[in-house]
Amino acid sequence: MTQWSGYLGLILQGALVTIELTLMGSVLALIMAFLAGMGRLSRFFVLRALATAYIEFFRGTSIFVQLFFAYFVLPLIGLELTPLQAGVLALGLNVGAYAAEVVRGAVQSIGREQHEACIALNLGRWQGLRHVILPQAFLVMLPTFGNNAIELLKATSVVSLISLADLTFQAQVVRAQTGNTMVPFATILVIYFILALLISWGVRSLERRMARGLDGVRV
Amino acid sequence: MSAPIIKVDAISKSFGAFKVLDGLSMQVMPREKLALIGPSGSGKTTILRILMTLERIDGGHIQIEGEHLYHMERNGQLLPADERHLARMRQKIGMVFQLFNLFPHKSVIDNVTLAPMLTKGTPRAAAEKRAMELLDMVGMADKARAMPAQLSGGQKQRVAIARALALQPKIMLFDEVTSALDPELVEEVLNVLWRLCAETDMTMLLVTHEMGFAHDFADRVLFFDRGKIVEEGKPDEIFRHPKQERTQGFLKKIIAAGHRV
Repeated sequence: MTQWSGYLGLILQGALVTIELTLMGSVLALIMAFLAGMGRLSRFFVLRALATAYIEFFRGTSIFVQLFFAYFVLPLIGLELTPLQAGVLALGLNVGAYAAEVVRGAVQSIGREQHEACIALNLGRWQGLRHVILPQAFLVMLPTFGNNAIELLKATSVVSLISLADLTFQAQVVRAQTGNTMVPFATILVIYFILALLISWGVRSLERRMARGLDGVRV
Repeated sequence: MSAPIIKVDAISKSFGAFKVLDGLSMQVMPREKLALIGPSGSGKTTILRILMTLERIDGGHIQIEGEHLYHMERNGQLLPADERHLARMRQKIGMVFQLFNLFPHKSVIDNVTLAPMLTKGTPRAAAEKRAMELLDMVGMADKARAMPAQLSGGQKQRVAIARALALQPKIMLFDEVTSALDPELVEEVLNVLWRLCAETDMTMLLVTHEMGFAHDFADRVLFFDRGKIVEEGKPDEIFRHPKQERTQGFLKKIIAAGHRV
């Protein structure tokens, strides 16, 4: 029994790494999503082209290859990254590309009458976006952002392939040391599931808070 | 005789192959209350939208207080207006929409204070004080903290009027502001317009299907058809003794539909 509690400690350490990766990757993904999503809607061709190229490229290639590229190829051109940095970079850029389309779609879903009210009230383009369009669009984005965050959480397991000691990596360590396959993998399965549930709940409660008053019932 | 506050000179506007405005010219004097009537698709809403810079013109000129709206003068030359010029010109004009266009994520008072705080740098306290005065004038002071979704159509429209007034425009454009309302809510909005008429010296342009109100309220009525002003004159002339056949036909249909003139 003492043996298992030590192994559980290992797995919990791995969970911390997974959480860290998920949080940092999500922040990068969120930044990329807004940059590229708004870029897609820009008046300027160059910005639109850059955003489209980024989105298509990172959606169109495998996260696995992107991670290997960041960790093994970038050092060849002088950019040495730690496994954690490479993991955050690959995950953030990959999921950010999907989320960018969420941003674009949500902004476009806000009706023309809201844009016209902004013009009639003489708000500048940025003021209208910041105070009128984006707050409403963000509510539309949230549920899909939740999906994206869960995708990102699950994709973190690929970093075990570049020897970052996340949940999946630690499970393999435990399996190698104990010869037991069932217990470590069942354990991390449950932990991944709990983490995903936490994301779901978090996003849903944020959604409820932000939607307060919008339907005229809850205040 | 003072100078016109709005001078529209031979403007044209097409949506694809459809010519909405065809060489339209008109002038509006300061403080004048103008009713724009006519069948749908006649261009009356389009002219309001053009004055609010929501649609661009294909040709012609518009001047507001003697200054070009869509052009700027540089070294004696007329160039297309840039965004800065448009923003400066928009300060003179406010608009109220058929569907209110309130910001659903902001409370009533925040709807009213947003633009003054952002575009004029009014401090929050001053903006809220002014907003409360305006909400009081439209009879909505007790709903200042409510969200738009909790209001009736008539209440929303009164908030929208207060919101437009907060920027102190010299010209107010009302685009079928009662058309989306249940009949019993129309009057509360029209009463606000009467109050504006009595208490401010704004120039007001009103696109409306409320012929009775147009008759009582307007100094002058313009009848639009197919992108042109077919007939204009004092309300009595237009509603009681229309000269043009098309005006007569339109009014006959409107009366048949149960509108009071």
